[in-house]
Amino acid sequence: MSDQAFVRSEIIEEQTPPLTAFGLVGWLKSNLFSNWFNAILTFISLYFIWYVLSGVLPWIFLSVWNAGSLSECREIATATWGDSHGHACWAVIKDRWIQLLFGFYPSELYWRPILAFVLLLISLAPVLYTSVPKKIFYLTAVYPFILPWLMWGGSVWAYVSALLGFVLGYAIVRYTSEIVGQLGAVILSVIGAIVWWLYIGPLLLSQGVGAILPLALEPVISRDFGGFMLALLIGVVAIGCSLPIGIVLALGRQSDLLILKTISVWFIEFIRGVPLITLLFVASTLLNIFMPPGTNFDIILRVMIMVTLFASAYMAEVIRGGLAALPRGQFEGADSLGLNYWQSQRLIIMPQALKISIPGIVSTFIGVFKDTTLVSIIGLMDPLGLSQGIRANAEWNGIYWELFAFIAFLFFIVCFSMSRYSMYLERKLQTDNR
Amino acid sequence: MATLTDPDKESFKLSMLLYDTRYRSMTIQVIALIGFVSIVFWLISNTITNLNNLGKPVEFGFLFESSSYDINQRLVEYNSRDSHLRASFVGVLNTLVVAFLGCITATIIGVFVGVARLSKNWLVARIMTVYVEAFRNVPVLLWIVLAMAILIEGLPAPKAFRGENATASLEVFDSVALTNRGVYVPEPLFSNGIGDVALFGQSSLRFSVSLDLILIVAVLIASFSVSGWIKRRANRIQDSTGDRPTTWHLRLGVTILPVALVLWMLGFHLGYPELKGFNFKGGTHLRNSLIALWLALSLYTAAFIAEIVRGGILAISRGQTEAAASLGLRPNRIMNLVVLPQALRVIIPPLISNYLNLTKNSSLAIAVGYMDVTGTLGGITLNQTGRELECILLLMLVYLTISLSISGVMNWYNNSVKLVER
Repeated sequence: MSDQAFVRSEIIEEQTPPLTAFGLVGWLKSNLFSNWFNAILTFISLYFIWYVLSGVLPWIFLSVWNAGSLSECREIATATWGDSHGHACWAVIKDRWIQLLFGFYPSELYWRPILAFVLLLISLAPVLYTSVPKKIFYLTAVYPFILPWLMWGGSVWAYVSALLGFVLGYAIVRYTSEIVGQLGAVILSVIGAIVWWLYIGPLLLSQGVGAILPLALEPVISRDFGGFMLALLIGVVAIGCSLPIGIVLALGRQSDLLILKTISVWFIEFIRGVPLITLLFVASTLLNIFMPPGTNFDIILRVMIMVTLFASAYMAEVIRGGLAALPRGQFEGADSLGLNYWQSQRLIIMPQALKISIPGIVSTFIGVFKDTTLVSIIGLMDPLGLSQGIRANAEWNGIYWELFAFIAFLFFIVCFSMSRYSMYLERKLQTDNR
Repeated sequence: MATLTDPDKESFKLSMLLYDTRYRSMTIQVIALIGFVSIVFWLISNTITNLNNLGKPVEFGFLFESSSYDINQRLVEYNSRDSHLRASFVGVLNTLVVAFLGCITATIIGVFVGVARLSKNWLVARIMTVYVEAFRNVPVLLWIVLAMAILIEGLPAPKAFRGENATASLEVFDSVALTNRGVYVPEPLFSNGIGDVALFGQSSLRFSVSLDLILIVAVLIASFSVSGWIKRRANRIQDSTGDRPTTWHLRLGVTILPVALVLWMLGFHLGYPELKGFNFKGGTHLRNSLIALWLALSLYTAAFIAEIVRGGILAISRGQTEAAASLGLRPNRIMNLVVLPQALRVIIPPLISNYLNLTKNSSLAIAVGYMDVTGTLGGITLNQTGRELECILLLMLVYLTISLSISGVMNWYNNSVKLVER
C-alpha cells in the first residue's frame, strides 16, 4: 500500500455547481444561449417582441375611454398625445359592450340570459368536476328545458309537457322491458312519447293546467337575439346535442347492420364534404321549403338544427377514431362476460373510446363554437354582424381594430379555457403508468 | 342410430322478431329503413308541394341565361353577357386558386412554426406557442375580415405613389405595388410567344392554355428526368466500383440551361406595374379580397398544421433516433432516413384533412367579396334567379366533388405508406 502517494481519508465537502450551470445564469445559458445560433435566434426574437409590444402596448394603454364618437376620440388623442394614430378608442366598447354581448335583447329582461348562463355553469359543474355533489345532475337533466324557456319566454307548460314526454318514455322502458323485451320496450316508449307530445300533453298541460295557472315569461322574438349571447346559445345547443347524435352515428357506422351503416356513412360523408356556410344557406332559404306548407319556424332554431347536424358528423368521426383505437380484445371480453350490445357499449366500450377521443371531441367543440360566427353571413346579429352595424353608425364609422380585438378576446377566452380543460381532463383520466 | 341430433326445428313465431337475436337485427333494420324512407319521402313531397305553390318547378335552364354581373378577379376571360354556368365555372376556378395558394403557404408556415415550437430556444418556442394559440382560438371569419380591414386601412392609396414627394414606394426592386386597391406584381410576358390554345370551343367551360407555359413545363419535366437518370447512373457506378462520379455540375446544367434557352427564345420579360392616371396599369392585379382570404386562411390553417407537425415529430420515439445514432448516422441523415419517413406517416392524414378544411373555409370568401363559387353560384346567381334549391344543390355538389377527390387522394396515400404487417 505504501506505493500509493495519496489516499483521501475524509469525504470532501459538496461544492456548488459552476455558476453557469444553475440559477438564472444556468437557465439563460441552457435555454437561450446554448450556442451561437441560439444566441442569434434569441436576439432576433427579443427584437421581434420589442417591435410588436412597442406598437401594441401604447395602442392598448394610451387610449381613450370616454368619447361619444370616433372623431371625438381622435380629437382627445390629438390633444393628449399629439397624434391620433396609435391610440385605441375603447370608448366604442364602453358605449356598445352591452349590445355586443346581448344584441337587441330587451334590456329589462337581461336577467334571463344571465340566469340561464349561471344555471348553465351550475348544471355543467357535475359533468366537469367529480367533486361536485351529484344531486346537481337533476338540474342538468332539466336544464335543456329551462334554457329555451328563459331565452324565448312564453308559457312554461309547453316545456313541462316536452319534459314529461321524456319522463314518460323513460318510465315505459323501465317498467315494460321485463314484459315485452328491450326492443319492444323502446318501440313502445317512442310511440308513447310521440302520442303524449302530439295529443295528451298539449291538451292536458297547455290548455288544461295552463288555463288555470298561466305561468309565463314575457316572450322575446328571435330577431332581438344577438351578440355573444347568440354565439353562446347556438354553440351550447350544438355542442350539447352533437355529442349524443355523434355517438349514435359512430356506432351506426361501426355496426354490422348494413342498412344502418349505409345511412350513417352517407350522412357523415355528405355533411363533412360541404362547407358549413352551404348548410346555413339551407337553413336560411331551403328548410322552410322542406317542411309542410305553411310552416314557418324560427330562424335561430333552423340554424341550430343545421349547426348541430354539422357538428354531429364531425363528432361521429372523432368517436369512430376512438372506437377503432380500442383493441379487439375489449369487444371480445365484453361479449364473453355475457353482456348484451348496449351493456357492453355503456360499461366497457364507450368509457374507453370517449377517453381516447377527448382531445378530438374538445377540438370539435371549439371548432363548432368558432363556427357560430358564420351566422353573421346569413344575417343573424352575432358579434361580427353587430360590429358591421356599429360601423355603419355615423358616430363610429371607420372603427375596426377595437371591435375586432374585443370580439377576438371574448372568443379566445372561451376556446382557450375549453382546450385547457381538456388537457386537465386528459391528465386526470390517464390510467396507464407513464 | 343417431344419438346426436339437431334440436327440433322450432317453427317461426312472430315473437321471435323481438326476442331472437337472429331475427332482431332484421327487425331493427327494417324499422330504420321504413323510418328513413318515410322521412325522405315526407321531405320530398313537402318540397314538391311548396315549389308548386310558389310556381317554380325544379329546372336548371337558368344556368344558360345571361348572368349580367361582373367578376373582377378571374383566371379565364368572362364578361357579364356570359351565362350563369360560365360565372359558376369562374367561381369554381377561383375557389381552387385560393385553396391551392392557401395550402402551399399554410404548409410552409405550418412546418416552420411546428419545428420552431420544438426549438431548444425557450423564447422562440414561446413566441410560436403564442402564435398557435392565438390563431387556433379565434374564429377564422374574424381573421379574414381583419385581414381585409388591414389591407384596406393600412396600405396606401395609389395616389400616394404619385409625384415628386410620394409618400409610398414600390417594394422589391420597384416591382411590387402594395396599395389599398390590391397588390400589383410583375407579370411574365413573352415577346415571341407561340400563343394560346383554346379548349372546349364556345362552351361555358372554355378556357385557354398558354402554349409558352406548356413548353416551359415540358422542358422542365424533361430536364428533371435527365437529371434523375444521371443520379441513377452515378448510383450504379458507385455500387459497382465504390467511387461516385461528381455529378452536381452536370445535373445543375441539365436542369437550368434548357429552360433558360427556351425562355430566351420565347423572349421572356416581366411586365412591371406602372402608375397611370388614378391607378396602376400593367402587371398582375391581385385584389385585396384574394390577398386577405389567402393570408387569413394560410395563417389560420398554419396554426393547425404546426400542431400536427409537432405531434408527428414527437410521436417518433427517442429510441429510433438513438438507434440511428448508434448505427453511426449523422444528424441530418437521421432526420432524412429515420425520423421524417416515420413522422410523415403520422403527419400526412391530418394534414390532408386540414387542406380539406381550408378548401371548405375558402367559402367564407363571401364575407370579403371574393368571387369564389359560393359568391357566384351561391351568392349573386342565387339572388338574381331566386332558384335556391337548384343553386344550393349544385354548390354542395361542387364542394362534395372537391372534398371527395381530396379524400380519395388521402386514402390512396394512406394505403401506399401503410405499415405492412404480418
